[in-house]
Parts: sequence; structure tokens; C-alpha cells
Amino acid sequence: MSVTDTALIRGVSPSDFKGSGELEKARRRSDRRITLALVLPGILGLAVCFVFPLLFMARMSFNVGEPNGVVHETVTLETYVRALADPYYWKVTVDTFWMGLVTALLCVIVSYPIALFLARTESKWKGILVALAIAPLLTSAVVRTFGWMVILGNQGLINNTLIDLGFIQTPLVLSNNMTGVIIGLVEIFMPYAILTMMSGFGQISTQLEEAAGSLGASKAKVFTRVTLPLSLPGVLTGFLLVFVLSISTFVTPRLLGGGVVQVLATEIYDQATGLLNWPFAAALSMILLVLFGTVIAAYTAIIKKMGFSS
Amino acid sequence: MTAQQLSAPQKLVLRRPPGAGTILFRILVGLMYLFLLAPLIIVVVISFSSNQYISFPPEGFTLRWYELLPTKTQFMSGLQTSLITAGITTVIVLLIGVPASLAIHRYEFRGKAMVSAFFLSPLLVPSIVIALGLVLLLGPMGLTNTYFSIILGHIGITIPYLMRTTLTSLATSDTSCEEAAKVLGASGVTVFRRVTLPIIAPGVIAGGVLAFIVSFDELVISLFVAESGKPTLPVQVMRYVENSADAVVAALSVVLILFSVLIVVLVERLVGLRKALN
Repeated sequence: MSVTDTALIRGVSPSDFKGSGELEKARRRSDRRITLALVLPGILGLAVCFVFPLLFMARMSFNVGEPNGVVHETVTLETYVRALADPYYWKVTVDTFWMGLVTALLCVIVSYPIALFLARTESKWKGILVALAIAPLLTSAVVRTFGWMVILGNQGLINNTLIDLGFIQTPLVLSNNMTGVIIGLVEIFMPYAILTMMSGFGQISTQLEEAAGSLGASKAKVFTRVTLPLSLPGVLTGFLLVFVLSISTFVTPRLLGGGVVQVLATEIYDQATGLLNWPFAAALSMILLVLFGTVIAAYTAIIKKMGFSS
Repeated sequence: MTAQQLSAPQKLVLRRPPGAGTILFRILVGLMYLFLLAPLIIVVVISFSSNQYISFPPEGFTLRWYELLPTKTQFMSGLQTSLITAGITTVIVLLIGVPASLAIHRYEFRGKAMVSAFFLSPLLVPSIVIALGLVLLLGPMGLTNTYFSIILGHIGITIPYLMRTTLTSLATSDTSCEEAAKVLGASGVTVFRRVTLPIIAPGVIAGGVLAFIVSFDELVISLFVAESGKPTLPVQVMRYVENSADAVVAALSVVLILFSVLIVVLVERLVGLRKALN
């Protein structure tokens, strides 16, 4: 902190406010030094723990690898070709995409009522209800996935309840497959969708709804013709946010998928720590990064166009 | 949307009971809340269930799983690793993040927009990709499976959270006090320590707390860089969930949930949770 502090002394000493030309120049020079001293540690830190790893990974993806850690240093697209031409890995990529799409769609549907309610309510419980909607975000995804394993398992809450009530004889297969993974992901990403949609809904003027209502539209009609269309931008940003979060998620597919569900993230883990095929893991990461980047770009463009902050 | 709002002008005259549509909507909201909170509720229930293996319905009440908790050495050592790495990560992120936020907000310099985008950019990359990159970078140097590798990985992904909250509180703070202090002859350090820092403190603390939680809960990077050497608590929990079928992990989860609730209440008191997360 001491470098920062001495820099700050020079930056804002009272003499700076006497505006002769010499002093002005000296002040600018010292300002530049201060700025550099303040920003540089952060930039260097982020370079080491974020930029270098990405560069190393990008470089590795152009090598050719064999299982058990053998890496042939070269520059070739061979690994990418293998990743995209092999029907198995192609299926993994498509499954990842579908998982993200279905999760995001269901997630905005179940989050919509809560977001709308929280954006409009004048209840004195609003603070607590908002906190309840966001609180799950602050518990680890491992814990929440574990909760879903208990609910969806063959001996779980849903199956045992349905069997006890006599609705079914054999347990429904709700875990160790894509269905379970998607149910878990929908819940895990709900707080993000609620937050994003709430900030979108907050920008819709309620006067239009009141106008439609006073002109004789039924409540259902006010909702379908006014509220819903106006809320779509918020819904879309929520959708895209959940989409990017779910295509890159690892824990839930790993645990609720029970080794049966393979998506890009779990495949990267298996290639890296199981087979030690580093170039292949790196190439799959690059594919994930491109998929991720495309959706993020769309998300940012929409937020900018709609002019609301998330 | 609700009846109250649509009939705002009449509200002063007479308060109509909520219509059928409003009641249906509220039931729907309640059901969605139930879905959202279901896994947390179930974990709490299971942690007190006397069933030998995890199943439903619970046959009785027991505190056995909580009593077993301290005997599970993997959780205790995982907790230690997580507290050490999350603590050091938070301190480092504060030390490099707060000055950088200050520079971005209080000084003019070329490439400012780029620098501030750079500090937020780790949020735009899947953590599994960063994790793999870290292994490729640190592995050949023999630095994987150390506290250092975990901390390094966590600095990158927690910086954006701290920068966001700090920048928000800098943006919403009034600079006139700082100027007054300067005019009255206070030195730069004094201005920062006595004026700026107290004003932005809630944002900085909220950012620090968020950075700690994100680091404490982080699984993927820890799994890649330190699974066999220094497994953190989330890594140990994941292993336990994969291999065992008893409810000790539920008891542990309840403890962790209470820990989070405590922090949420703290942050809410300090700055308001929504502000901190946005």
C-alpha cells in the first residue's frame, strides 16, 4: 500500500491547484505515474493468472497428443479435425448445445413469475423475498446438486412418494441421465435469470398496463398484449445468460449425469485428468470457448441495444 | 400486473379483495419459490434423518450426522485448505483491485475503457478453460497441487466481482468531500484514508466478501490444479458425494448453508445484496 500512498500524496497535494503551466505539466506527469502504480499490479496479476493460461491452452491445442501425456510439439489443426470429425465428440458438442438451450428455455419460464412478482410487488416482505430468490446463489453448486440427487434418485423423494401413493411401481429414471441434469441446472441458474429479468421488468412503465386496463382490456389480455411483449428483451438477456452458464458447467452434469451424460466440460476433464491427452483437452476447450464467445457477443449486443444494465 | 396496480386510482377509495387471477399468480410464484428452494430444504431434512442410507421418507430424527462431521478428516483438512486459499485470495484481490478501481475512476488515462474491460474479462471465459490453461502453465514448473496454484487460479476469477462492487461505490459516491478535504490542505494519503475509503468501504467489503465466497465455493479450478495434492472443501464434498451414500455430507451442507446465510445477512445490512451482485 505504501507505493500507492506516496503516489497519492503527490497526486492531490494542494499546490496542484495553482495553475501555472510548469506546475500543470508536472502534475500531469505525476498523474500518469500514479495511475500506472495503481493499475500495474492488477494488470500483471491478471496476466499471470488469466491471460498466460489461456495462451498456453491455445498453443497446446495445435499440438498432437496421445493418451498418457505424450505430446508432439507441432503446429497443426489435426486435433481440431479429430474433435469435430469423430461422431462421438460431435455428439458431445451438440448435446452440450442442446442442454444449454433447453435449460435456458425452462429456466426463464420458471423464473418469469418470480421476477415479475418481485419487480411489481409493494409488499413489505419484498426485501426478504428478493434475498430468498438470490440466496441459493451463495451456496455451492455441489451442495445444491447433492440436494437434487436426493430428490431425483431412485430412492429419492419423488420416486418413493409416487410409489407409496401407488402411482407407479418402478422408479422413474430421473437421475443419471440428461433429464436430471437439466432439472438441476434449471434450478441452479434460476437466481441469475430472476436478477436479469427483474432489472428488465423494472424498466417497463406500468402506465401502459393501467391505460390498457382502463380502456377495458381484461387482465389476461393486458398481460398477453402489453406486459409480455414489453418484457421480452429482459427474458432474452436472461435466456442468453443461463445459456452460456449452462454450456460451460461441470459439477451438475458430472454428479447428476452419473458418468452417462457427457458434455464438453466433463469431456475436457476426462481427457485432461484421465487420459492425459492435453492437446485434445485444449482443442475441446477452444471449441467451448468459441461457442461461449458467440453467445456472450449476442448477449452484450442485445444489452447495448436495449440500453439497460444487467 | 396485480390487481392493486391496475386499479391504482381506486385504491384510495376502496381496497378490493384480490381477484382469482391474482390468487392464481401468487400460487404460481409460491410454487416456483418451492422449486428454487427445494434442494436446500431437502438437504436440511436429510441431515436430521436417521435412515442408514439416503432415502425417503425419513424414519426418525438424529443428530448422528452432525456428530460424525468432526471425525471426517477429509472435510476438516479440506476446510482448512479452503479457508487458507480463500483468505489469501481475498487479501491479494483487495490489494490489487481497489487501487486499480481507484485509478479507473479518479484518473484520466489512455486505454481506460480497455483496462476496465480487461479486469472484468475473466467472467467471459468458462472457468474450466482457465483451469486447463493453469494446469498447462503450472504443471511443467511443478507448481500444481500447491496452495499457490489454487490462489493463482482464484485471483483471476474473483477480481471482476471486487472491481464491480468497488467501481459501483466509487461511481455513486460524492466527490465533493474529497475536494473539500484537498482544498483544506489534507495530504493525498489522508484524503484516501479519512474520506474516500470510508465512503467506498461498504462496496469494498461487499466485494471482498463476494470474492471470498466465490473462491471458497469454487470447484473446477481447484479440481484441476490441486485435486491430488491440496483438495479444497468443494473437491472433498464432490468426491464424497460420488463415493458414499450417507448423510454426513448433508450435515456439512447445512453448516455451509448457515455460513452463507450469515454472510448474506451481513452483506445485505452493509450494502444491499442486489447492488452487490449487480
